[in-house]
Amino acid sequence: MSGSLIGKSVLRKEDHRFVSGKGRYTDDIQLVGLTYAAFVRSPYARADIKSFDVSDALAAPGVIAVLTGEEVAKDGLGGLPCGWMIHSKDGSEMRQPHHPVLAADRVNYLGEPVALVIADTQLEAKNAAELVMVDFEPLTAVVNPATASQAETLYEAVPNNLCYEWELGDEAATEAGLAAAAHVTTLKLTNNRLIPNAIEPRAALAEYNSGTDEIILHTTSQNPHLVRLIMTAFVQIAPEHKLRVIAPDVGGGFGSKIFIYSEETALAWAAKKLGLTIKWTADRSESFLTDAHGRDHVSEAQLALSADGEFLALKVKTVANMGAYLSTFASAVPTYLYGTLLAGQYRTPAIYVEVDSVFTNTAPVDAYRGAGRPEATYLVERIVEKAAAEMGLDPAELRRRNFIGRDQFPYQTPVALEYDTGDYEASLHKALKMADYNTFSARQAEAEARGKLRGIGLSCYIEACGLAPSQVAGALGAGVGLWESGEVRVNPTGSVTVLTGSHSHGQGHETTFAQLVADRLGLPIEDVEVVHGDTGKLDFGLGTYGSRSLAVGGSALSVAADKVVEKGRKIAAHLLRTDVDNIDFDAPVFKMIDSNESKTFQEIAFAAYVNHDYPSEELEPGLAEKAFYDPLNFTYPAGTHICEVEIDPDTGVVEIIQFVAVDDFGTIINPMIVEGQVHGGLAQGIGQALLEQAVYDDTGQLITGSYMDYCMPRADNFPDFKVGMTCTPCTHNPVGAKGCGEAGAIGSPPAVMNAITQALGGIEIDMPATSEKVWRAVQTMPALKTA
Amino acid sequence: MYQFNFHKADNLSTAVELFNAFDEPMYIAGGHTLIPTMKQRLSAPSDVIDLAKIPDLDAITLAGDTLQIGAMATHAKVAASSLVQGHCSALATLAEGIGDRQVRHRGTIGGSLANNDPAADYPAAVLGLGAQIVTDRRTITADTFFKAMFETTLEPDEIIQTIHFPQVDQAVYLKFPNPASRYAMVGVMLTRTAGEARIAITGAAASVFRAAAFEEALTADFSLPAIDAVTLPAETLNADMHASAEYRAHLCKVLIKRGVNALSS
Amino acid sequence: METIELKINGRKRTLHCLPNATLVEVLRDQLHLTGTHIGCDTTQCGACTIHVDGDAVKACTVLAVRSDGSEITTIEGLAENEASHPMQKAFKACHGLQCGFCTPGMIMSAVDLVNKGCAVDPAAIREGLSGNICRCTGYQNIVAAVLQGASEMQEQSS
Repeated sequence: MSGSLIGKSVLRKEDHRFVSGKGRYTDDIQLVGLTYAAFVRSPYARADIKSFDVSDALAAPGVIAVLTGEEVAKDGLGGLPCGWMIHSKDGSEMRQPHHPVLAADRVNYLGEPVALVIADTQLEAKNAAELVMVDFEPLTAVVNPATASQAETLYEAVPNNLCYEWELGDEAATEAGLAAAAHVTTLKLTNNRLIPNAIEPRAALAEYNSGTDEIILHTTSQNPHLVRLIMTAFVQIAPEHKLRVIAPDVGGGFGSKIFIYSEETALAWAAKKLGLTIKWTADRSESFLTDAHGRDHVSEAQLALSADGEFLALKVKTVANMGAYLSTFASAVPTYLYGTLLAGQYRTPAIYVEVDSVFTNTAPVDAYRGAGRPEATYLVERIVEKAAAEMGLDPAELRRRNFIGRDQFPYQTPVALEYDTGDYEASLHKALKMADYNTFSARQAEAEARGKLRGIGLSCYIEACGLAPSQVAGALGAGVGLWESGEVRVNPTGSVTVLTGSHSHGQGHETTFAQLVADRLGLPIEDVEVVHGDTGKLDFGLGTYGSRSLAVGGSALSVAADKVVEKGRKIAAHLLRTDVDNIDFDAPVFKMIDSNESKTFQEIAFAAYVNHDYPSEELEPGLAEKAFYDPLNFTYPAGTHICEVEIDPDTGVVEIIQFVAVDDFGTIINPMIVEGQVHGGLAQGIGQALLEQAVYDDTGQLITGSYMDYCMPRADNFPDFKVGMTCTPCTHNPVGAKGCGEAGAIGSPPAVMNAITQALGGIEIDMPATSEKVWRAVQTMPALKTA
Repeated sequence: MYQFNFHKADNLSTAVELFNAFDEPMYIAGGHTLIPTMKQRLSAPSDVIDLAKIPDLDAITLAGDTLQIGAMATHAKVAASSLVQGHCSALATLAEGIGDRQVRHRGTIGGSLANNDPAADYPAAVLGLGAQIVTDRRTITADTFFKAMFETTLEPDEIIQTIHFPQVDQAVYLKFPNPASRYAMVGVMLTRTAGEARIAITGAAASVFRAAAFEEALTADFSLPAIDAVTLPAETLNADMHASAEYRAHLCKVLIKRGVNALSS
Repeated sequence: METIELKINGRKRTLHCLPNATLVEVLRDQLHLTGTHIGCDTTQCGACTIHVDGDAVKACTVLAVRSDGSEITTIEGLAENEASHPMQKAFKACHGLQCGFCTPGMIMSAVDLVNKGCAVDPAAIREGLSGNICRCTGYQNIVAAVLQGASEMQEQSS
């Protein structure tokens, strides 16, 4: 039976509750004695707080309490920390301004919380929040990251608003490569700022039991254990064993629910301080203002090539916007998740990257689907495509000439990573075929006859996923190891409860992980239940991000299942009065090698718990095994995305005619779920390329503060995507999986923009390619093609 | 949403009486502009007067050559009406393109007109088709109805009862939606009656307006060359993060040209 | 407080609510029908889509008091006496959901689309779902699900 569930598109176990309205998201939870919180937020991007006056709010109907930043300071709460230390070129530590749970004397971005009001109803809380009088003295805001280091200093301890000046790679070798080049392609670009917009807004519900002194916090989190760790070890609102964090059904995250925010922290603190049960759910407008945003880079790059198109060196200078404070993982995103990926799929021998991270009076910026890797891919794949155009080479051919060959693995790049395996040519070949690349010129001519501009663009991306080998992460500054834990708990009747430190908020762990374990143990998938998202049920876990769940969390379960089998063999040997070495596990049966006697998995499970005759020194009762899996390396999903667009030169409207994605995710457990992940990632990546951007005005007011102005992709923005797979299994984890959650968002933006650039005859525009930008570019084309 | 008192009116005169009895009253039709505005606490009426129970206020009828659409007719109802489709298919198309299907089930023509959102579609229909707005007390021509952004010539307590659309020979509505909100970044209603061209443009300026220079040229000669040299001055047009005034002016002309093509074929 | 009578998922209910309560608030907070979700405050995301008197509407933009006398179906009542409505089955079969948050609203819109004869082809379905935002799926499997659900609904009614 082994192998029968791997690679099968098993329908999702979790779906029935979702399609029938029985999902249980944080805001759905109703508890006796519930009270409601509303936050008072800064209407300015930067201001001094002169005073608070809460008397009117306290007198308002239904109000129970008003807590301000002053109480937070009085109670000595710690700030919200960033978990990844980055060192500047000169060896100095990054500069981290204090990130208060509620601001007391200075606000640094629009929407920053300064107080919370707790009342009997949500309406009363919101009404009273308007009555909290905060005397703000507005200050000039610093908004533009490109000029932030020359602007007024925002924090005394952060000269020039620079968080760090980081570098990676060999500068001298890179300069030498540039000097020796037959051709140098240069590129300037911005990677547009995005707002994650999980459709479930962030929410929290904190209950405090004074009898047990325990806080239970339900919250929209991708990693509840990390929430507990930070709230207890750093903010110090309670001892760790007195805080239980539950992340129930979570309606999408895309990174934005990794981080530990002010609101849930303030709620947990207030619940204990006041002995209350308190709920808060963000309005969408609060989500726009305060969910950590993504991307926001300004970069310049130079690619050195030999006369026959061999990459000699790549030099990159990037300014990354951190926003007003360092969010939980913010510092790692434009450094170790970005600079390390600049080799792409290529043998470029010398690479040097400098990243200046700056503070501005905007919402904190942190990981958003892809996190650093889309920024790297966008830069590399844009400049490679541009080099091909400049040198008159086919962009597919130029890439081929520089690919790391399938026989060159493991491959050490000049930017710290060692790729374990891959076959880039295979993905490129398949994608070109699926896209009918060879006949593109005929389609282009046909479009031209209709007065349309047609372009095709490639993107050969790579990502480092499966975060992360703890030793490597630790050496690079990570505050925590990035292993994952899992437990396979066999119940006495032979059904199995699987506990994982990963968290599912759409990824389908309840199905994929059940497939993995059911397959290993030879059980029907119905007999395997996956439990996640509760610090009260599992010792510790690091959560879901960085496409790590299957590669790391799944590997932990794989190891735990192996341990269950080993224990089962011992029990079988005991029951069958033979040696362990004489027991073979042919899932789901434990067989004696030298006879026909055997025990079923169910018999072993039952015996594990009810037998009375174990030799107690050699064999404990029970059949539940844990594993903490620490990966040996990152995983390296890679692939080729090809986009074909048509531009209406009259209006500048871009239509995606076809989009092909061929990805190598290693071993795939559930192809249906994997394809779904690709579709979703593509929508976000194409959304970044064509539609989405967060815009602040010069004073730090958010112009795109609702769906009226922030353009969310809808169903009618896309064609059906063509998705294909290739497979080189990951060499160093037991599942062979590489991770698939982010690839779509990483590979697609440059494919779209390369297609548009080609259609525009080489004229470059920044994302998003709005119709006006495209129309203006058309106006400057040499042979104007407007009707 | 702030607190308010709620009243149902079962006829027009009761509605007006109720309106005049309170400090900060508001009528509610479909509510699909008012409720979001109130939810964001940008509007705080003391009293909300519901017009939904007034009989026949959503009727669609044909009286001779005139199509009469009740103010409370929803966008979905207008779009699906065979009377509307027969009288002026461009009007049905316009209604079918407002918001999304859920919004069209609730939003009303009267509510849209009274609100006069600069990017709404219906103002272009009413102005482009030369409709008349019949209220509880008078008839207002389209040319005098729209005053400024979110402003009309309605009295504060006045209620739109029906909109009368005369027969036109030809009409077409072309919309370039704002990609985020799906409101009109530019919307053009182009009509022809007895050779006379009439063009109303929404989304481009503070309020819907007629493109006089284009109308004149197309009335003289309904062809693309006739408007080749005609332009819309960008100075008076809206500019925002989605489109500059210059781009809006350009889009207006593109849509007018497409309208001319559509009506010429 | 206003008193209203509604028929919700086949059952008559008399409720008391403030004039400024929206229908979605009443459904979620008073009736504990938490399958209808709230994803925005500008009438755009469609997570709160329900059927009122046979039409898909956004329950966040309807005053509860104005629904007096209405017949309402939410995701919890869609299947009537069966385990699942054909559209719910199709969403499961086609992997038309991931996090599940937009799903109830998406399904209610899809059923309305089919009921009104508008789910004729992928392009019409994509246009017809423009009032529902999904951040997870990229919509492709949703479109497939609506096509499959539509054909099953038609089979069932014929």
